[in-house]
Amino acid sequence: MAIEQNLVCFNTFGSPESWTMATYEQHDGYKAWRRILAGELSPGEVIEEVKASGLRGRGGAGFPTGLKWSFMPKNYDGQKYLVVNSDESEPGTCHDREILRYNPHSLVEGMAIAAYAMGATVAYNYMRGEFMDEPFPRFEAAVKEAYDAGLLGKNVQGSGIDIDIHGFIGAGAYICGEETALIESLEGKQGRPRFKPPFPANFGLYGKPTTINNTQSIASVPSIMHKGAAWFAALGPEGSGGTAQFSVSGHVEKPGNYELPMGIPFKTLLEDICGGVWKGRRLKAVIPGGSSCKVMPAEVIMECTMDYNSLQQAGSSFGTGAVMVMDETTCMVSVLRRISRFYMAESCGQCTPCREGTGWLYRMLTRIIEGKGEEADLEKLVDVANKIEGHTICALGDAAAWPVQSFLKHFYDEFEYMVRNNGRSIVEAASDAAA
Amino acid sequence: MSYELSSHVRDKIDDWKTRFPADQQRSAVIRALHLVQHENKGFVTAEQMNAVADYLSLPTIQVYEVATFYSMFQTQPVGRNEVSICTNVACMLRGADDLVDHVEQKLGIKLGESTDDGRIFLKREEECIAACCGAPAMQVNHKYFENLSSEMVDDILDGLD
Ligand SMILES: Cc1cc2nc3c(=O)[nH]c(=O)nc-3n(C[C@H](O)[C@H](O)[C@H](O)COP(=O)(O)O)c2cc1C
Ligand code: SF4
Ligand code: FES
Repeated sequence: MAIEQNLVCFNTFGSPESWTMATYEQHDGYKAWRRILAGELSPGEVIEEVKASGLRGRGGAGFPTGLKWSFMPKNYDGQKYLVVNSDESEPGTCHDREILRYNPHSLVEGMAIAAYAMGATVAYNYMRGEFMDEPFPRFEAAVKEAYDAGLLGKNVQGSGIDIDIHGFIGAGAYICGEETALIESLEGKQGRPRFKPPFPANFGLYGKPTTINNTQSIASVPSIMHKGAAWFAALGPEGSGGTAQFSVSGHVEKPGNYELPMGIPFKTLLEDICGGVWKGRRLKAVIPGGSSCKVMPAEVIMECTMDYNSLQQAGSSFGTGAVMVMDETTCMVSVLRRISRFYMAESCGQCTPCREGTGWLYRMLTRIIEGKGEEADLEKLVDVANKIEGHTICALGDAAAWPVQSFLKHFYDEFEYMVRNNGRSIVEAASDAAA
Repeated sequence: MSYELSSHVRDKIDDWKTRFPADQQRSAVIRALHLVQHENKGFVTAEQMNAVADYLSLPTIQVYEVATFYSMFQTQPVGRNEVSICTNVACMLRGADDLVDHVEQKLGIKLGESTDDGRIFLKREEECIAACCGAPAMQVNHKYFENLSSEMVDDILDGLD
């Protein structure tokens, strides 16, 4: 089956200097924005088009983008903001970096269109600090090119539209990907999530109405506006419009960032696109959308298509499209411990269940790996995870709980084997037996 | 002891500040800390933080808070080349832990430590650095290196000044 790649956010990929404005314009870049500048589309029409496209937020939660935009107050005279989330730090995820490096103009044009639709005249792109060497300068250069071409600024081309776009650079903190922590960070503070409500659409950056969207969500907008909502929606199945960028990593022959239509069967993604499980081994498990998603056993995900509904029905979620593949030799206890260490390190510490619970989880898993675990610990792990889930200010707490619950649900025998065998892993035992 | 921001840093901060509303200078603090840390080859001193606070007209505590919250700022002396090897899931699945062992042995230090000659700071990286499809991956002075083997890492580290 031939599957078309790079239809939306990666549409300049493969062209020389794909990050320049000249290349972007050869791929119909800025045509949608120029139509807006010519007065052909009202803000309301843009929002309706994005709603009809079926675009859902690619930052992890999958919230419908057009609907989110419509929450911004309309008859409001003060400053409104659009903020793009290029904090990209969900483990497994690395496609926003590709957009910033190789097609930054799709983001710049998308920001201009989105800001116009919501009546925001200033838009920021928050990039994680680790992007300072290459992705950040690429984005900055694209913004400058767009200003120089007269496509941004005050009263752009006499249209009466004002739009200023600025880059921003963070300094290393996973939690700043959470939208209200990101706002705090943009204000020059520690990145601690805010209580909600009020929601950012009412009280966001500097206390002003603000919408936060993921890089990929916004970079998809120019193609939607140019090629039409119907075209975009039809790329994917019901409920999952468009393409997605899959970051496929781990035990596959050809890891990579692939932009593919939503709804591609997992089997096709694994075998045809990524060359199958590496070293001729068998598949054990997959985390389908970044480490905050529930892990799926091979036999379950092999029947799934890669879209919101299918993965949700199968007990996990689409997340960020970061597909982490694990072969039969993977020790699931070790993987879970690494995930738990991450959430412990990145908890901002505001909520007791998250601050204390993430540490407990990590220490219990370490004890098990060191051969000092007890069978009662397995129940305790799930119990602690359950006490974190739903009891915190932000979703990092849930993100710490779900891996624990799902790893124990699907791979209980590995944890049990380890506590009964003084820290010996079931996969080690299997490979010794085979040798 | 007081510290004066260089004119280069002041110019860059001034330029950066124009991105924010006039009454929101605090937004420039992260960038300012990156700039002074870079001039100081890898970590910020209390004097530098005070100078940043002074320049942005902020209480010093607001600058300290930020410097200690974010993992890219070092408030203790460290080696001048920062090496962070990703050990998060995707990199772990492709041998990152062996790579860390190799580097720790080669340099004779543990994660979080610097070499005695001040050449290398081996950061303990908790985060995924967003290069998972090129795992195992690392950053050296914020430049990405991907699909690493221990030989490649040796070459890269040996080439640092
Ligand atoms: C702990 C945590 C980390 C997050 N990290 C990111 C991130 O790196 N990038 C991102 O776009 N969204 C991230 N999100 C989701 C954002 O809060 C927000 O939902 C998203 O940026 C909205 O954009 P979208 O509607 O376009 O998806 C994170 C959420 C949480 C709770
Ligand atoms: S859930 Fe964790 S990360 Fe989120 S606000 Fe609470 S303590 Fe901070
Ligand atoms: S897990 Fe190492 S770069 Fe993402």
